[in-house]
Amino acid sequence: MKTAIRILSLALAAALLLPMTLVLADGDGFSSAYTYNYDYWGELRESPDAYRVDQVLYSGTLGLDTPMRRPQSLFVIGDDLYICDTGNNRILQARREGQKFSFVRTIDHVEGAQPATFNAPSDMAVDEDGNIYVSDTNNNRVVMMDKDLRFVRDYTKPQDTTFDQKLSFLPNKIVVDSSGRVFVLATNVNKGLVKYEADGAFTGFIGANKATYNLWDYMWKSFFTTKEQRAQQASFVPTEYENVYIDHDGFIYATNTVFSEYDLKFDVAKPIRRLNSIGDDILIKNDRYPPIGDLQWTEGSLDYGPSKFRDITVLDNDIYIALDGIRGRLFGYDPQGIMLWAFGTKGNSAGAFLSARSVEHMGRDLLVLDENENSITVFTPTDYGNLIYLASDQYLKGDYEGSADTWRQVLRLNANYNLAFIGIGRSLMRQEQYSEAMEYFKMAHDRENYGRAYRYYRKEVVEKNIVWIVVILGCLLIIPPVLRQVKKSKMEVEAYEHRQIAH
Amino acid sequence: MSTDKLPIESAVTPRKAAWQRYKATLRYGLYVILHPFDGFWDLVHEKRGSLAAAHTFLALFLITYVLKLMLTNFQFISAPIQYINIYERCASLVFPFLVLCLANWSLSTLFDGKGHFKDIYMAMCYALVPYILIQLPLILISNVISYDEASYYNVLMSVSIIWCLFLAFVGLMQVHDYTPGKTLIFIVATIFGALVILFLILVFFSLLSDAVGYFVSLYREIVFRLY
Repeated sequence: MKTAIRILSLALAAALLLPMTLVLADGDGFSSAYTYNYDYWGELRESPDAYRVDQVLYSGTLGLDTPMRRPQSLFVIGDDLYICDTGNNRILQARREGQKFSFVRTIDHVEGAQPATFNAPSDMAVDEDGNIYVSDTNNNRVVMMDKDLRFVRDYTKPQDTTFDQKLSFLPNKIVVDSSGRVFVLATNVNKGLVKYEADGAFTGFIGANKATYNLWDYMWKSFFTTKEQRAQQASFVPTEYENVYIDHDGFIYATNTVFSEYDLKFDVAKPIRRLNSIGDDILIKNDRYPPIGDLQWTEGSLDYGPSKFRDITVLDNDIYIALDGIRGRLFGYDPQGIMLWAFGTKGNSAGAFLSARSVEHMGRDLLVLDENENSITVFTPTDYGNLIYLASDQYLKGDYEGSADTWRQVLRLNANYNLAFIGIGRSLMRQEQYSEAMEYFKMAHDRENYGRAYRYYRKEVVEKNIVWIVVILGCLLIIPPVLRQVKKSKMEVEAYEHRQIAH
Repeated sequence: MSTDKLPIESAVTPRKAAWQRYKATLRYGLYVILHPFDGFWDLVHEKRGSLAAAHTFLALFLITYVLKLMLTNFQFISAPIQYINIYERCASLVFPFLVLCLANWSLSTLFDGKGHFKDIYMAMCYALVPYILIQLPLILISNVISYDEASYYNVLMSVSIIWCLFLAFVGLMQVHDYTPGKTLIFIVATIFGALVILFLILVFFSLLSDAVGYFVSLYREIVFRLY
């Protein structure tokens, strides 16, 4: 008997260890899962693919004479795709017709500008009227031209005391809002985004990244270093953002890559921010984990460390997608800050990146620019990905039952999808099926919604059984005194009888 | 009439007497938590507590803790039940508890503390009573209140822990017959003492494993030579 148990437990242990070793055999613990999500406990859960590669665009595919060299940025408006081909000092325009991308034109000079050509442009933006803004880094300007490439105006170094005149103005990333205001993320400027009005006037900075330091660093610098040492060390200065994006409501999404792992854990780092017009971060974070990309990474792997978001894009339904340059991954978050999916990896195959630099969206398709491969990977959502979008859209529109049905379809494809449980729970709650809703919320560990559903449920139960509750309470209140009274009179009677006998 | 009852009373077996004393010492736990100063003094100096009751309180404390992890509504606790090893969790409570008792005894005997190890252990176990009394009903309460009402839960939770800490403080004070200031100093010293004990345990086990390793390799060498 004992040996049988021993053999059984050994077999069990082996069975448990086997899948573990299989996973460990991968260099990076994640490479076995292309698309995944994190569960409530922060554990990685593999999921069906939310996006698949539709096509990969190379210089040859677009029919370019000179191949692209270290392109730095993408911009999409309507069906038009603009590629900032930094190494060749030009902007490329391509247009999508159906599934096919065809090359339209090269933008490498501005008629009437001084100088007329670009020098290492790093980003561009196009407004509704077709005006093109190019962040012409080494020419120290942002140049604006109309759709026929005629010079309109340029945005140069602010002639203002708030701008350190010793610094050269190196515009890096730009965004333009619907009323023509230009926001420039400039290298060496740590006061936030440089803001210009539509007429080209500099009007200040917005959204400065706060300086970060911890108490220990501060004490060390104040008490244990000499003045000379302090002068040599970097002082506590705020850091620049990595990239910016402006959504359809005019809010600026900024990503930040300079932080310590410690800051990330306590949500001080805020790698993704949504800035309002006065520069405050108003990103909604309703999940257990803030939107920081990967929650865990393999110890000792080459790509060790937190995700660093190189770019971000926001879909029309406020779902935002951040691109992690460290592990070549895309993270999708819903407007509540809940991770929808994560996918991508490093490598040479389609759907993997060597050095992912920029992400843009065309409808719901995603375009990812790889600066080393000089390629643009086009992803289209799978049925699973589309169902997730459909469900959240239906919910936003107020079609709660439809959204619950869609979430049920999502669950059929991925039973680990928390958001689906929450979605179904919400719609059940709207239909006043509280105890069912509670079950779903419990599965998703959604405390707040569970509490809400539970309160209604409790009220219902109490109201239904109010008679019984009153009766039971009444009994509890009445019976003990009555019993005591009975006992007392009984004893009196006994005592009386006793006396009678004694007499 | 009383003469009739006498034989019955004298027939109380030692076993029954022990049981009654056990029950009395258990009940005394309620007195201690409400009158800590008198209670802890009498607990050890008037022998109104018993080791059996102390063991019971420690066991109940562990049972409460496990029940809390398992049965508290998920709105108020985030215990990853699938990853929890109950024995490990219990050991990680009992082991520091004992090490702290030991450290306190080792230090207080050197500095004219009146308490024996048994007394310290007993006082500490009696100090756990509020935890048991509050946390057990809290498990029930957690299942009938909603997330919005979490403040009630949290208040009761903090009350149970603060009460326990206060009792432990008073307990140590009365057991050793110390002043409050001296007790405070000794609590800090006890923590350091516990760290020293942990270090010694680590050293002991690493030396032991080295020693065992030596004899094992010696045996292997001999066996190897003989063949």
